[in-house]
Amino acid sequence: MRPLKFLLKKEFKQIFRNKALLPMIFVMPLLQLLVMPLAADYEVKNINISIVDNDQSSYSKELTSKILASGYFQLSGYTHSFKESFKLIESDQADLILEIPHNFEKNLSRNGFEKLFIAVNAINGTKAGLGGSYLNSIISDFNQSISIKASKNTPDLEFKSIDIASLNWYNPYMNYKIFMVPALLAIIVTMIGVYMCGLNIVKEKEIGTIEQINVSPIKKHHYILGKLIPFWIIGIVVFTIGFFGISWLVYGIVPLGNLFLLYAYLGLFLVALLGFGLLISTYSETQQQAMSVSFFFMMIFILMSGLFTSIDAMPDWAQKIAYINPVTYFIEVIRMVVLKGSGLVNITKHIFIMIGFAILFNTWAIINYRKTT
Amino acid sequence: METETVIKAVDLTKKFGNFTAVDNISFEVNKGEIFGFLGANGAGKTTAMRMLCGLSKPTSGVANIAGFDVYTETEKIKSHIGYMSQKFSLYEDLTIAENINFFGGIYGLSDKELKEQSNSLIEKLDLSKNANKLVGELPLGWKQKLAFSVAIIHKPSIVFLDEPTGGVDPITRRQFWDMIYDAAESGITIFITTHYMDEAEYCNRVSMMVDGKIAALDSPSNLKEQYGAATMDDVFYYLARQAKRS
Repeated sequence: MRPLKFLLKKEFKQIFRNKALLPMIFVMPLLQLLVMPLAADYEVKNINISIVDNDQSSYSKELTSKILASGYFQLSGYTHSFKESFKLIESDQADLILEIPHNFEKNLSRNGFEKLFIAVNAINGTKAGLGGSYLNSIISDFNQSISIKASKNTPDLEFKSIDIASLNWYNPYMNYKIFMVPALLAIIVTMIGVYMCGLNIVKEKEIGTIEQINVSPIKKHHYILGKLIPFWIIGIVVFTIGFFGISWLVYGIVPLGNLFLLYAYLGLFLVALLGFGLLISTYSETQQQAMSVSFFFMMIFILMSGLFTSIDAMPDWAQKIAYINPVTYFIEVIRMVVLKGSGLVNITKHIFIMIGFAILFNTWAIINYRKTT
Repeated sequence: METETVIKAVDLTKKFGNFTAVDNISFEVNKGEIFGFLGANGAGKTTAMRMLCGLSKPTSGVANIAGFDVYTETEKIKSHIGYMSQKFSLYEDLTIAENINFFGGIYGLSDKELKEQSNSLIEKLDLSKNANKLVGELPLGWKQKLAFSVAIIHKPSIVFLDEPTGGVDPITRRQFWDMIYDAAESGITIFITTHYMDEAEYCNRVSMMVDGKIAALDSPSNLKEQYGAATMDDVFYYLARQAKRS
């Protein structure tokens, strides 16, 4: 164990002496955590709508004001023909067209039904889909209110409807940030795990100092532990700053679950991820190679971890990739423990899987690191 | 002089694919000897040295270093040798004292030994004023002297020096060789590659590698006599010109 002491001392000195690395480790991740949740927001607002009101009746005016009052839409045109409105879509000034037909009010009161026409610019699928469904719900709401009015006037027409009462658990206001911030914290820890440690070793390969280590009687596992431990500690520290300093203080996310459990899982996750970084470093000769390979995996780790998109919504093959991605499990655990207050029983499966990853990556890395080639 | 063999190589060979970098070399080095390992660039010196240090596995042949086998006991070899590579490989972002401490530490020196060694070393190298300077800020000559001192900090039986004086000024080279003599005197066997033929003259024996083979091996005076040459330079020219691969 004595050589390990010297390795750790050396490593910490080098890390804290590196003027470029320190801000990279501490400032950048936290800035990302501050900025990203504000930008990466799924809620679609300010949808530009153009309304073609062919009716100009009190009903059509009521519907229009209802749409604009919802807060999701901005009126970019109020035209008299579809053609005019379509020009707005072509010039990207409008995302949606709602066409209200002639005799809208008359037909509605006389026949009890009428058709509306919605045209959506579907280039941005999310915006189009959400805009369409917002509009639909506003119209059905409007529909209900006029039905009620109608039923009052003609009591023989019985009004039937099913009313659904829903309750949102764990994130009652469906605040996107509550969903994103803990997961972004997981991604930041992942970056430290994959990049920092791996690059550090490859740097020693590049400048040649690793040769001096390889020609010494130092044990492989001592050397690797000497690299793992400093970055493990850094990972925990960065997570702590992000968790208490930003997630709790700035975003007001109070963890519901057991913090000890969360930290235990974080520790385990870091061992697995640092092992992965080490593994990449044993296969790379230059920092450039290590960086490119790490970047490739980082993309998969981020996109296929359920960070932005629900894993259940992915095609089968993609789900399989997501479930061999260690980051998936950490994001699940952090969301479960922080937002739902899940306990040990709920994440037992996650713990065993992560232990598996940790053993796999680290053993592979130690075997593949050769002092004698 | 006692004739205890510390390096023994028999038909040592290293192939990289079809290319035979080191081709059946056999030689012995005795304890306390200063053994010069000469050859043109690409003759296979560094590859041979890396095999002897346990950094690279031979393709075939036998070698014993300080009594240990290069195939099965590489880690034992490593605790009995020192190595100074062609590329400067102390940590430039650590100070002189920190480098000494680190390398002494990983070779298993005790705290007391470390303190003594590091003090005497810094004094010997006349670096006491600069002990807390980062190694990266030192001039090359100082770096090389420091690297050599660090390579022998654990008192190995053999130290391998791969072109330790490349790019170093004549005065510092002179001082460097004084250090080598001191080390040899204390019983450390010196295995050194160099391109300076005046340095070859300082060796007890030299071997000359051409195309991965040892073309000549003897004391400098015998070699000069054998090839009818006035200086080691002439011997080197004569032998190196016979090289077929470049």
